[in-house]
Amino acid sequence: MANPTADKTKAADTKPEVAPVTTMSVVAPAIAWLIPGAGHLIQKRWGRGALLMGSIVIMFLLGLAMQGHIYKPNGGDILDMLGFVGNLGAGGLYILSRANDWGVGAIAHATADYGTKYLIVAGLLNFIAVADAYHIAIGKKP
Amino acid sequence: MTITLTHFSAAVVFAIFASIVFGITQRNTPREMVRYGLYCFAMFVGGVIVAGWAMWLIRR
Repeated sequence: MANPTADKTKAADTKPEVAPVTTMSVVAPAIAWLIPGAGHLIQKRWGRGALLMGSIVIMFLLGLAMQGHIYKPNGGDILDMLGFVGNLGAGGLYILSRANDWGVGAIAHATADYGTKYLIVAGLLNFIAVADAYHIAIGKKP
Repeated sequence: MTITLTHFSAAVVFAIFASIVFGITQRNTPREMVRYGLYCFAMFVGGVIVAGWAMWLIRR
């Protein structure tokens, strides 16, 4: 016959841990998306935040300087949509670029194509930084 | 302002920034972060050099 107490203990052991919802666990990823590296800075990870901010912002600006292309949400083509998702990761930088009509030129040479990749990867790297800021906020990472 | 990089310099600059982010986000202690960042950078640049030589061999 099954022991109900033992079963309850077993069920409790196998239950996945749910991260507590705190103000920081909501604010840190949001601010990290909007301003790359800021999610670490508001949690007093100064060095990490500055390095992330420098890396992502410089990469994005280099992409623009190399005449890379900024994708729009209604590109029509599936690859354009994926490019948009990548660009969107840069948060405030993407909004700023769209507002100022940066990165709208046609890709005319090989380095401009590199620029487009820089812009997409800067956004994707920021997604990773957002996840890292969240992990710090919930105490999963020191 | 317009910047024109060569294929190799564009790949190296890409490797530097991607490695910094990978190192910081994928490891927990500063020492491990530096080690993993350097490992990623070596893999990126090593991959570029290997791919370059492979393309040179294919072209011949």
